[in-house]
Amino acid sequence: MKFGVVVFPGSNCDQDMIYVLRNILKQEVVELWHKDHNLHNADFIVLPGGFSYGDYLRSGAIARFSPIMSEVMEFADKGGYLFGVCNGFQILCEAGLVPGALLRNTELKFSCKNVFIKAENKDTLLTSAVPKNKALRIPIAHGEGSYFADAAVLRKMNENGQILFRYCEENGQVTPESNPNGSLENIAGVCNDRKNVFGMMPHPERASDSVLHNSDGLLIFNSLLSLVTS
Amino acid sequence: MTATAKESLPNVDTAKKLGLLPEEFDKIKSILGRTPNFTELSIYSVMWSEHCSYKNSILWLKTLPKDGPHMLAKAGEENAGLVDIGGGLGCAFKIESHNHPSALEPYQGAATGVGGINRDIFTMGARPIAQLNSLRFGDLKLDKTKWLMKGVVKGIGDYGNAFGIPTVGGEVFFDECYNTNPLVNAMSAGIVKAGETASAISYGAGNPVFIVGSSTGKDGIHGATFASADITKDSAKDLPAVQVGDPFQEKLLLEASLEVIKTGAVIGMQDMGAAGITCSTSEMSAKGEHGMNIWLDKVPTRQANMQPFEILLSESQERMLIVVKKGMEKEVEKVFEKWDLNCVLIGEVTTGNRLRYFMHEELVADVPGDTLVLGGGAPVYKREFKEPASFSESKKFKIESIEEPKDLKVVSRFLLAHPNIASKRWVYNQYDSMVGTVNMSTNAPSDAAIVHIKGTDKALALKIDCNARYVNADPEIGCAIAVSEAARNITCSGGEPSAITNCLNFGNPYNPEVYWQFVGAIKGMSAACIKFKTPVTGGNVSFYNQSSFEGPVFPTPTIGMLGILDDKENQMTLGFKNEGDFIYMIGDSKNCIASSEYLYSYHKFKNSPAPYFNLDEEYAAHQAVKAVIRLKLINSAHDVSDGGLFVALAECSFVSGLGFEVNSDKTIRADAFLFGEAQGRIIVSVRKEDEVKLVDELKKHEVRFSKLGFIRGKEMLVDGESFGSVKEAREVYDHSLEEILEN
Repeated sequence: MKFGVVVFPGSNCDQDMIYVLRNILKQEVVELWHKDHNLHNADFIVLPGGFSYGDYLRSGAIARFSPIMSEVMEFADKGGYLFGVCNGFQILCEAGLVPGALLRNTELKFSCKNVFIKAENKDTLLTSAVPKNKALRIPIAHGEGSYFADAAVLRKMNENGQILFRYCEENGQVTPESNPNGSLENIAGVCNDRKNVFGMMPHPERASDSVLHNSDGLLIFNSLLSLVTS
Repeated sequence: MTATAKESLPNVDTAKKLGLLPEEFDKIKSILGRTPNFTELSIYSVMWSEHCSYKNSILWLKTLPKDGPHMLAKAGEENAGLVDIGGGLGCAFKIESHNHPSALEPYQGAATGVGGINRDIFTMGARPIAQLNSLRFGDLKLDKTKWLMKGVVKGIGDYGNAFGIPTVGGEVFFDECYNTNPLVNAMSAGIVKAGETASAISYGAGNPVFIVGSSTGKDGIHGATFASADITKDSAKDLPAVQVGDPFQEKLLLEASLEVIKTGAVIGMQDMGAAGITCSTSEMSAKGEHGMNIWLDKVPTRQANMQPFEILLSESQERMLIVVKKGMEKEVEKVFEKWDLNCVLIGEVTTGNRLRYFMHEELVADVPGDTLVLGGGAPVYKREFKEPASFSESKKFKIESIEEPKDLKVVSRFLLAHPNIASKRWVYNQYDSMVGTVNMSTNAPSDAAIVHIKGTDKALALKIDCNARYVNADPEIGCAIAVSEAARNITCSGGEPSAITNCLNFGNPYNPEVYWQFVGAIKGMSAACIKFKTPVTGGNVSFYNQSSFEGPVFPTPTIGMLGILDDKENQMTLGFKNEGDFIYMIGDSKNCIASSEYLYSYHKFKNSPAPYFNLDEEYAAHQAVKAVIRLKLINSAHDVSDGGLFVALAECSFVSGLGFEVNSDKTIRADAFLFGEAQGRIIVSVRKEDEVKLVDELKKHEVRFSKLGFIRGKEMLVDGESFGSVKEAREVYDHSLEEILEN
């Protein structure tokens, strides 16, 4: 499978994502420059974390207008797989490719630490290889990660299986204490109603190299690779 | 036309206002053979400021050990030291202070400190892979301290997080001596392939000179001069001397700078920090023994009608000066166009040593470049120093004068909750510590931060350290301890100490007692660096850390140490691993509580000598630990430092939740055993089946050691008496700082 990782000015997790896809998962990866209008025939597009265009306005608010995004949106519109992590998730929300918005953390501080998340179901590509009820230890690093959507949208997303991950305790319990940023319903990741566009705040690419003593993120990447084997 | 034609010339009073001494004004006149104009005088005032010239410190800095088997660039040769780490790779690393700006505007002051130190690394062609910082604040009960701390931490976080390099380590220390003048020291380390380094040099007459990156504004003018004076009640008026940071530009500048070096078009490159265009043009020219013509009107500015001296002295951030091989301008311009950054031709290299600055074809300043810089014409002073009376007074301290508290459990809680000992997670959770996916310590904490060098089996071990209370008690021993503790932490983490960078934060050098502290610290640092074979690769000196109304801060020679793990599998962690493992201590308990947090904060006894320290014993202990790590005989290693043995054991327990049972040494006082800070001690845990091998190995190394007890349960027991559960103690340790800050 050929992955395309978009590089915006200010992206800073692009190389981490590429490292996992290329060096650990042994997949073909092409960098997609924000000024281009070419997806280089990638099968799967990733929007990485970072501070695109500095994020001096709302996070992701500028990046969603960058040249490459017109092709990315067209790709998703045709059913192509698109995955945004952290700033990538923020850009997906800004572009309206997934429902909801990401507000400032309730503590109003940037927060970088390990948290636990649990996959809601195995019915999406991103969660297909994640054991149900297993709490994955995945780091977060964001200042604007508090997921919000209005009640009607949330209800529909729940019914439609669009919640990918919720923050939880180490034992898998979803509790207010395990919510690191004030996200509604402890939501850590979502997808669109067609289930081809995925966004999550935690960084699975930071938990996918055994050198770092935590490989829980590989369960998520292995889910993606099921596309190849299936 | 001469540079002096049109304006009335400044006099000695103007020179004094710019921070120059009358004799320095005379020296400038004799160099130029005439009276300088205001622009020229401004140039000399910043280049001869303490901050740029090291005029009051350089004689002593020269005595530090600079050479080692692995040095690629020695102190003072480049923007940062460069160490050969094998495999065709070099590590550039450096620490720098941003104390004065942070005292006035903590957010921008700290943010631009992070920006500046990273530019020092990537201007050499190295990609930064890890950042650290060392922060000192005043009494945390004061609202002003909380404001300073919140601003500094947010400034470091916002800049470093967006820039995208992980902050992997640091220290935070509180004492009322830092109430007015906090210390903000930032460190960065980067990796460069041999042959891809860039040098801060200029040569080749006719070669074009480019300014790249941000536009030049009025921020930071006379910043270097401002940093070279005491803080007074009027210092708030110096706010324009504080720069404003833009991490997005810095990130673009990083990528563009590394890319442009690969074009082969670059003769030399230097970032613009203190003294901006003035400093970069003069230092690069002096090093390459050439001159420059610079057309100031070509410099992209943020506002109209900037005066020549403002353009020359602006410390606007995120800028670089690049000297390019003639004919290769296009290659350079193309890279910066890709990254949407300014790249403007502002001058050319000339023969000779003159730096000529023009504004709309008018020559506004004409100075010999080599007369501006350290090692050239910049003044060098020998300062007087005097031992303060308090020093001999402190030596009279006797432990018997301190009554032993009846309930040591109360003391243990006091120490775990003390801001100097409690967890700093309120601080470090605001820093992205994991971007780059190289931080091997996140899930496996050790005394130093371990950072993987991708594509190799190697890792760096990084540590920043200085217990300023010890240095205040005894500058020579205290600074030797700072080096030793950094080395101890690196060794306990499985690394081999390689080299250091230093950030020497002191008061006013014209105060002989302050200068005595400085001299002592240098001597102690030298002795320890020679012992550990860790040359000093550079750093900076920050004098004038004092206020007109509170006197100098503790002498604070912050040590940033680089260590190497040739095999990252040698990483050793500090947490207890298995129930039943034995706990040993390498080194010796002493009947010593001198300068401990316990004596200073609990008993509020402030004038005692440095704690027990013996450099040879220290070194031997490190060698023993290194050996038992390599032989895979131990399960954990953690050094005994602030808060003494009890705090060290508790920290080992906090990682896994496993408790301990230890027995005290009855030949010394119980408070000294638990809370004394005698140096050279390391706690290790060992599987039962490896105990004999461990003991044999330690004997071979001829170090003192003792069996303390074993790992068991969830409680902390000393001589059978419970000091509480690990969980409950950890709650105190984890939440103490945020409770003080958020309330």
